[in-house]
Amino acid sequence: MKNECDVVEVIINKYGGNHDSVIAILQDIQSEYHYLPETALRVVAKNLELPLIQVYGVATFFKAFSLKPRGEHLIKLCVGTACHVRGAQPALDEVKRQLGIEAGETTEDMMFTLETVNCLGACALGPIMVVGEEYHGEMSPKKIKKILSDYKKATRSRRHDEIRVGT
Amino acid sequence: MVELTIDGTKIRTVEGTTVLEAAGEMGIVIPTLCYYPGLSPYGACRVCMVEVVKNNRSSLEASCTLPVEQGQVILTNSERVRKARKLIVELLLASCPNSKTLQDMASNMGINKIRFKIKDRGCILCGLCVRYCKEQMQSGGIGFIGRGTSRKVSTAFDVTPEECRNCGGCEWICPVCERACTAGNLIDGLCGGCQNLAPVETCPICTGCSESVGMQGHKVY
Repeated sequence: MKNECDVVEVIINKYGGNHDSVIAILQDIQSEYHYLPETALRVVAKNLELPLIQVYGVATFFKAFSLKPRGEHLIKLCVGTACHVRGAQPALDEVKRQLGIEAGETTEDMMFTLETVNCLGACALGPIMVVGEEYHGEMSPKKIKKILSDYKKATRSRRHDEIRVGT
Repeated sequence: MVELTIDGTKIRTVEGTTVLEAAGEMGIVIPTLCYYPGLSPYGACRVCMVEVVKNNRSSLEASCTLPVEQGQVILTNSERVRKARKLIVELLLASCPNSKTLQDMASNMGINKIRFKIKDRGCILCGLCVRYCKEQMQSGGIGFIGRGTSRKVSTAFDVTPEECRNCGGCEWICPVCERACTAGNLIDGLCGGCQNLAPVETCPICTGCSESVGMQGHKVY
């Protein structure tokens, strides 16, 4: 955890230890770890001289922040009205079946986290699925299967490479 | 100095005071819940609603956070204000039926039925404990977490924080847990058990009636 503290401190120093930049700091921590670890929040509170509850309150207020570990790829599937009409339910069922998780859960290999959202503002492309930063429109169960297997393959080969480099 | 009119009486007061404080100086009582002298005004409970008349229009504002303005016309006990306050206390009671403070307030206002579905949440999110902890005790151990319907008062990570000195101030100031109403069965969401102990004026028309009367007494037809 020593290492973690250093990373967080670098992020805090980047913003000059200003009280106003709590959200920006938390966002940076989240993009580093995919979630907000408890130690990180404690370090932020200590360095910014804020009560821990204030940082914790911000972290729980925004849905974008997660206190639970999340996977490498965050899948946001829209189940809003327009997407629902265009077949979001079968798409959601397919994602759940492919990954073996419910909405709000993370796969065991820490590869995917599934979340449902209510509108992404791209209703014409519905049902829409966002994986990380990439938008995939007009999802059908068949297309979902392909997209997810592509991500799985890419992530697996990358992880293998990392292990090889590591050893 | 600014001059404003509260309930038809002109008052001169220092700029920066709130309407609630100005009314208090005049001896006009505005019911409050989340206001506490010494703590920053918060405007969460909306019980201290007053009517602000401006250009033949009026709007309801929370007096605890409303700063006085030159030429302001305030009504603290108009029909509209009373109706709004009653509704607010009803809503608060629907989420906290066991609060004695709220039950007393309801009987003072002459509320005789809660029209909403009663769901005991044990907290009205008035923020008194949070402000007391932060401002009075300089501690900041408790705060609000979550958002919307899942918003609640809590400590970080649900553990007793280092800052907590076990002063008990949060419990002491809480309008819900400090003075819990112990009535078992509530009729229409109102306990009525200590209704007669509530500081109410006796009705001059029907002395000895068990019904509580508010500041206005019974309506005389």
